[in-house]
Amino acid sequence: MSILVNKNSKIIVQGFTGKEGTFHAEQMIAYGTKVVGGVTPGKGGQKHLDLPVYNTVADAVAATGADVSIIFVPPAFAADGIMEAADSGIRVIVCITEGIPVQDMLKAKKAVENSSSILIGPNCPGVITPEEAKVGIMPGFVFKKGRIGIVSKSGTLTYEAADQIVKAGFGVSTAIGIGGDPIIGTTTKEAVELFMNDPETDAIVMIGEIGGSMEADAARWIQENGNKKPVIGFIAGQTAPAGRRMGHAGAIIGGKDDTAEAKMKIMSACGLHVVASPAEIGAEVAKHIK
Amino acid sequence: MNLHEHQAKELLKKYGAAIQEGIAVESVDEAVKAAEQLTQSTGTQWYVVKAQVHAGGRGKAGGVKLAKNIEELKEKAGQILGMTLISPQTGPQGKKVNRILIAQDVYYGDQSAIKEFYISILLDRATKKNVIIYSTEGGMEIEEVAETHPEKVHKEYIDPLLGLQAFQARQIAFNLGLSGQAYKEMVNFVDKIYNAYIGADASLVEINPCLKTSDDKIIAVDGKISIDDNALYRQVELAEQEDKRELEAMEVEAMSYDLNYVKLDGNVGCMVNGAGLAMATMDIIKLSGGEPANFLDVGGTANAERVEKAFRIILKDPNVKAILINIFGGIVRCDRVAQGVVDAYKSIGNIPVPIIVRLQGTNAEEGKKLIDESGLKVQSAILLKEAAEAVKAVMA
Repeated sequence: MSILVNKNSKIIVQGFTGKEGTFHAEQMIAYGTKVVGGVTPGKGGQKHLDLPVYNTVADAVAATGADVSIIFVPPAFAADGIMEAADSGIRVIVCITEGIPVQDMLKAKKAVENSSSILIGPNCPGVITPEEAKVGIMPGFVFKKGRIGIVSKSGTLTYEAADQIVKAGFGVSTAIGIGGDPIIGTTTKEAVELFMNDPETDAIVMIGEIGGSMEADAARWIQENGNKKPVIGFIAGQTAPAGRRMGHAGAIIGGKDDTAEAKMKIMSACGLHVVASPAEIGAEVAKHIK
Repeated sequence: MNLHEHQAKELLKKYGAAIQEGIAVESVDEAVKAAEQLTQSTGTQWYVVKAQVHAGGRGKAGGVKLAKNIEELKEKAGQILGMTLISPQTGPQGKKVNRILIAQDVYYGDQSAIKEFYISILLDRATKKNVIIYSTEGGMEIEEVAETHPEKVHKEYIDPLLGLQAFQARQIAFNLGLSGQAYKEMVNFVDKIYNAYIGADASLVEINPCLKTSDDKIIAVDGKISIDDNALYRQVELAEQEDKRELEAMEVEAMSYDLNYVKLDGNVGCMVNGAGLAMATMDIIKLSGGEPANFLDVGGTANAERVEKAFRIILKDPNVKAILINIFGGIVRCDRVAQGVVDAYKSIGNIPVPIIVRLQGTNAEEGKKLIDESGLKVQSAILLKEAAEAVKAVMA
């Protein structure tokens, strides 16, 4: 079953005819993902990669029955793209775009909350259910099908975790890159909840970083709900100095509670299996799977 | 991006908020002219000379001085210009003062009628709203007030779809204990600074102190504003005001190459693709007995040119005793990156420190082979664990 996307998901690409949109749509199709078309305002009626192009998301949904959208629109227009997708009844919106102004995202987040859509990202690698659907920019070959769920703020660290899990002899049910911005759609806790309720996921790898309180919130939720599945955790940025932005706009230590150390302590106290080194993720997973 | 105090105050003024007037200068001669001009426009007889650096704690560090006439102004401007200001926020190396603000005196008249407040606006990630934080305890560090007198720190959450409502501005003015003309002025002031926060795509507006003068005006005496880097494309006027002298020279150079670099104080340099993996690599360095010398994200296109530039920036740091390159090849192919490392190494010549290259993902084996057969003094690894062990061996 997995979560969010599977082999039956019908996917459209917003920003379809642009350079990024084109490249990654090709990769997604090559992976076997069911891409049914794309949206580029003003290019409706054309064909791109042998698929129909629509002027609006509403047109694309009406014509194709799409339920998932992936957004490659430039930062100045991406928040608008998210709101358009939510307004058109898209079930899962995945926004890859990096660099959206925070005030724009605040509005888009509210719009999504007022709709029935789920937003993943922005500034994220997307979602992959191995051997079924790749709705993102991750290298597909790293992910093998299995029963470990991954939720992560970082792209390359997601690949790292998946690679270690596969090398340890396991596989991935679904991997979600939730993004590294201060305001994002699906939170760590919400992603963990999806995995806890997924009968095809046996354990969860939760990768966070400095900044914000999402990992602590997730850890507390896991404990309150009885630690039903083992959760292996890692927090990047143990050596990051306070007040400096480390690449991701959300990765800045603000108060004493959003340091890596504070988060790791809370996660351990809540019964999560926390590793200090990112090289130990695979080995730790192996320890907790029978 | 951070603004100087004088830039922040000009921005607030542009949005209609009253400020302590001032003129920014970079020489004593200009300071004298500025003072004369200020007396003409505001009637002020005294002047405040304020160091313009991106750090707090300037007053205690000797970066803010009062001058009661032009002679004193010359003397104090001369002392502050060019000084190295050391405060808890600058670190032990301090910050050179290149620019000063000559400001009017606003603490005139009946001293008992003057009040200092604290007001800031920023994003609250937990509620996903903007929040106005304010207190009657102005002029102090708000963190300290929050610790000792939490009941004196008030918050007003602003819904991003609705914006600031009039009742919220009234609530703030009343909670600050104001009445009459000062109350009206504060309601207006809060409205204007919120407009500035939204209009300028600020991630922080902090006014400390915000002053009630003896004649019931509400003005910003200090101003700290940071602009959301993601919004600089539409805040062109503000982006042009950036004082690059306030940044680490190596970070400015990295920025010009489109590399994401933050200088740190350690001894192991690193070059990584992806921000999260870069932070995790810094952690690996620490766990292996070293200290990270930098954060460096080379991004998605780790080609020879970028690798070479990243190498050159890392090597400029004299503290670097080893370099760890950690690339997880997805879209980027590891053999390309490996070729980039080999080419960069040859182009730079003799790199005096040991280099460990960890390549994983697309074409990782081919990449490793390229490194191993290059004849260069570069160690290769595929697993993150192997890279950690290699760092440990170098550090031992």
